[in-house]
Amino acid sequence: MALLKVESLSKSFSGLKAVSNLDMEINKGQLVGLIGPNGAGKTTVFNLLTGVYTPTDGTIIFQDKKMNGLPPYKVSSQGIGRTFQNIRLFDDLTVLENVKIAYHQHVSYNTLSGILRLPNYFKGEAEMEEKSMQFLKIFDLDKNADELAKNLPYGQQRRLEIARALATKPSLLLLDEPAAGMNPQETHSLMELIRWIRDEFDLTILLIEHDMPLVMGVCEHIYVLDYGMVIAHGTPDEIKNNPRVIEAYLGEEAI
Amino acid sequence: MKLLNKKNAGILLSLIVVYGLVQVLFNNGILNQYYMMTLILVCIYIILSVSQNLITGFTGQLAIGHAGFMAIGAYMSAMIVVKFQGSLLLGLVFGAIIAGFAGILIGLPTLRLRGDYLAIATLGLGEILRIVFLNMDYLGGATGLSVPKTIDWTWAFWLMVISVLIISNFINSSHGRACISIRENEIAAEAMGINTTKYKVMAFAIGAAFAGLAGGIYANYMYFIQPTTFSFLKSFEILVMVVLGGLGSTTGAIIGAAVMTIGSALLADYPEMRMLVIAVLLIALMIFRPNGIMGNKELKFNFLNFKKKGDENGTT
Repeated sequence: MALLKVESLSKSFSGLKAVSNLDMEINKGQLVGLIGPNGAGKTTVFNLLTGVYTPTDGTIIFQDKKMNGLPPYKVSSQGIGRTFQNIRLFDDLTVLENVKIAYHQHVSYNTLSGILRLPNYFKGEAEMEEKSMQFLKIFDLDKNADELAKNLPYGQQRRLEIARALATKPSLLLLDEPAAGMNPQETHSLMELIRWIRDEFDLTILLIEHDMPLVMGVCEHIYVLDYGMVIAHGTPDEIKNNPRVIEAYLGEEAI
Repeated sequence: MKLLNKKNAGILLSLIVVYGLVQVLFNNGILNQYYMMTLILVCIYIILSVSQNLITGFTGQLAIGHAGFMAIGAYMSAMIVVKFQGSLLLGLVFGAIIAGFAGILIGLPTLRLRGDYLAIATLGLGEILRIVFLNMDYLGGATGLSVPKTIDWTWAFWLMVISVLIISNFINSSHGRACISIRENEIAAEAMGINTTKYKVMAFAIGAAFAGLAGGIYANYMYFIQPTTFSFLKSFEILVMVVLGGLGSTTGAIIGAAVMTIGSALLADYPEMRMLVIAVLLIALMIFRPNGIMGNKELKFNFLNFKKKGDENGTT
């Protein structure tokens, strides 16, 4: 049974077809890669899946529910978490607060208890703090809990983004270029981490990445996008030898 | 009990000292009526700037219609007190609730706008509210409305304390953090499951309700209210206090309100100098401290904690 099923999904921006007729099926527990040259429409696909854009055409079915037209916060509460290509942390807040905000949709007290400081406020806050610290610990960020997010080094900011996305308790995690700007060593440990969180949190992961060793090393299934269309999909080995993929990446003459 | 730790007890104690000191000085005639009026105005403006700060400083929405909500609170509480012979407390609460509802009604359509557009829309709506009262003969229209003076230092001071406490408790709860996340990055906030429209409107409505409360206090202190009091200049004045104190700092908003109100009172004898001094002050501030007096930091009252290395789970 597919966790996420996308059927003939299209999105045009006044004439420009950013994504056209995209079909995709992701099963529970899979680790899927989405690759393609620059401007192929990969991030647009993410934005469609998370409700940032409304699809021009097609359907998105997640856990047997139609997701088209849902606003991003509802998509998040349905269980799709994401990170951003250009890091979007809450810069002026601490690392801990960043994760706490992601945990907000599971908050156990209401506004009034917060204002009146009723006992369940203290209980809820303590629980939130404990859970958030657990996420930070996984990403080795617990020592930086009180630092401002903007003061973290780049690699740690990327990891905080993943920690924050995990705190929303997703069942599908979308990672937009998690290894961008990392050196090979960091990329390698990130690869391990991605595999580990998939198993630990019982997640399904869809990731966009340009780093081929990472994609080929970690993904079980790969979709290749070019000019908004899926030109190939299959296992890493099938993709490596697919002539259309080579053409898209290296140009026609290379064949 | 976390509510009554040493730091909170220290803050409460110093509030009682300030309250008592002013009351004693006033009873002995050392503080005259004029100083008293200034101090009560400081309380009113603190409520206004702290609530404006919730909308602009914490939630990041540049709304400039606070005087309009203040007018609603002032007129509605005056209506209860003058027309229906209701009690002062009932009038204040009623005014605040109506202003809060107006905040929801105005917030729902306007908070879809961003930045300058939101500022212009709320500025316009604030003016519309003033003009509505200008044409409402039932509440005095342009000639104004006389209201008995029932607010004294006790009312003004403790209502101010309660308002600041409620707003800062809200900011320090998970729901308040949801508001702050909107200021920090709206797209990321949505992606983290925060219903940004809901929290924007919530912050706006809470802010408006406290502006209404401040308006009610004002009306029941000043003997007389008139629509011209609640012009957009008042909204700007409140915004200036918030910017002066530092956007996103509650203690900053309190300092900003105090500095501006006391400063205006000191310069009251030189009305033409007043605007000049304020303008120069603001220009200097923007050059030397563009983030306001406090920036987005809070004044931490740790010296009241009596311990050298205490935990910091207080109100700031």
